[in-house]
Amino acid sequence: MMLPPEDITAIGLSLKVALTATALALPFGFAVAWLIVFKPLKGKVFLEVLINLPLTLPPVVIGYFLLLLLGKNGWLGKLLTASGIEVIFTWKAAVIASAVVGFPLLVRSIRLGMESIDQQLIEASRSLGASWFDSLVTIVLPLSLRGILAGSSLMFARSLGEFGATIIVAGNIPGITQTIPLAIYDYASSPSSSTMALSLCIVSVVISVAVLFLHEILARQLDRSSGL
Amino acid sequence: MKLHIEVKKKLGDFSLQVHADISGERVGIFGQSGSGKSTLVHLVSGMLQPDSGEIFLDGDCLFSSRKGINLSPEKRRIALVFQHAMLFPHLSVKTNLFYGYKRCRAENKRVRPEALIDLLKLQPLLERRVKHLSGGEKQRVALGRAVLANPRLLIMDEPLAALDDALRFQIIPYLVSAGEEFKVPYLFISHSLIEMQLMTETVLVVDKGRVVEETTPEQLARQRMAQSQNGYLNFLRLTAPLLQNGLFAYPWGKNTLFISDGKKNTESLFELSSREIILFKRHPEAISARNLLDCTVTEMFNADGRVGIVLATHGEKLIAEIVRSAAEELNITTGSTLFAAIKASSFRRLG
Repeated sequence: MMLPPEDITAIGLSLKVALTATALALPFGFAVAWLIVFKPLKGKVFLEVLINLPLTLPPVVIGYFLLLLLGKNGWLGKLLTASGIEVIFTWKAAVIASAVVGFPLLVRSIRLGMESIDQQLIEASRSLGASWFDSLVTIVLPLSLRGILAGSSLMFARSLGEFGATIIVAGNIPGITQTIPLAIYDYASSPSSSTMALSLCIVSVVISVAVLFLHEILARQLDRSSGL
Repeated sequence: MKLHIEVKKKLGDFSLQVHADISGERVGIFGQSGSGKSTLVHLVSGMLQPDSGEIFLDGDCLFSSRKGINLSPEKRRIALVFQHAMLFPHLSVKTNLFYGYKRCRAENKRVRPEALIDLLKLQPLLERRVKHLSGGEKQRVALGRAVLANPRLLIMDEPLAALDDALRFQIIPYLVSAGEEFKVPYLFISHSLIEMQLMTETVLVVDKGRVVEETTPEQLARQRMAQSQNGYLNFLRLTAPLLQNGLFAYPWGKNTLFISDGKKNTESLFELSSREIILFKRHPEAISARNLLDCTVTEMFNADGRVGIVLATHGEKLIAEIVRSAAEELNITTGSTLFAAIKASSFRRLG
């Protein structure tokens, strides 16, 4: 199976976008999950609705909102343009689209991991002289690793498949913003390219299977080393 | 240790209002579940903030709503031991043990780790994984971890409630000796009267979010003699038994006690219910009970229609319980001499 150079670029770009989006969202996802699980916040339910909204909204709608926000006349877009940063129709826009769409999945998984931590473990660490941050780093973080790993895998996989929001904010420019799903969409629209579409589909399956395997292997290693 | 607590806290329908000055090295907080014991622990340790009031430990302010002081838990130096050991599952036994020690300032480090490891017999456990420890071992490590943090106060919140009887009485000596050896005062929270008797010297009784009484474990046990299932429990720490006719003969003061369930070459703690002691005014000629002690009544007390008789026998003390009519019929008064009969099987070995 030989892939044309633009497909190789699309695969590379997909991986780059998914990795960057996951890495970028991870600290925020961890912080938000921590807030929801451990902090008695007023209006927590609104926070939860806001975070889960991308899960229920059509990605195209999210893409459109992002376009309004980051476009030349959007309030964030104006700010970015003034600082000389171009986002719309670049790979950065694809990263932002993926990060927003995958964020609820990430938070949910980390939160599940955190909710399984006994509150008394944290109280024990605090009573033994650990500040809240020390306790966060030495107790909460290591005990949430499974959730973090599951959330990251899910988010990475979701980013690989992101289409709707991406095509609106990043467009479908081969070599610049064309990720695997966008390339498949292009091939699928012309009847002569069905083999090419199928090749990229196979690549997608291979990457997804690899991600799932990697997740399983890491989770097992984590279980063994943490003694859980 | 001097703890001054004057706090109010409302949690849903439950309201806690405590005003107490606690002093002593081994203080018990006694109450049924839902009485507010654990809330009190959370307030003192800083895990929960009172609605108003103040908390002082040895003259240092931990919390004061008036002065706007609320010391964070790690600055209070109050270590907690919970019902379940709460060892950090991702860390080794050794890292768990030293978690607080590492975070303790050099000038506060008084407890020598080697001495503690020795006292609690933790050496063989150090390289083990937490999940490979038994319940009792976990609790010993949790205790060691708390003491090694060199706290000003140790709070043990029902630390024995999750253990079965045999383990419970194996752990108690460790709890007592760790506190005594390293001079760490403790608050011991429990709903068990036996634990209060074995662990504490002063007891605060908590009920419905209020401190209703400050007493000694001895007084508490006497008051509750009539309601308690086994009456008043006498505890006897006995050692060096001889085997005689299938029974263990233990020296006890100048007496010898014959006990069915003894153990050679070790010190054992026995429990004897006040209801298992039968009193005779005159020497019974023939009797199946293996122990007959001549005693003098030193004190009598009433508890809900029952009479507690404090007996002195050759330098040792026992409390027997009889109904009021029996006391009147036998005409027992302070100073009376009596014979106490106890079956060899009435002594229950605790550990």
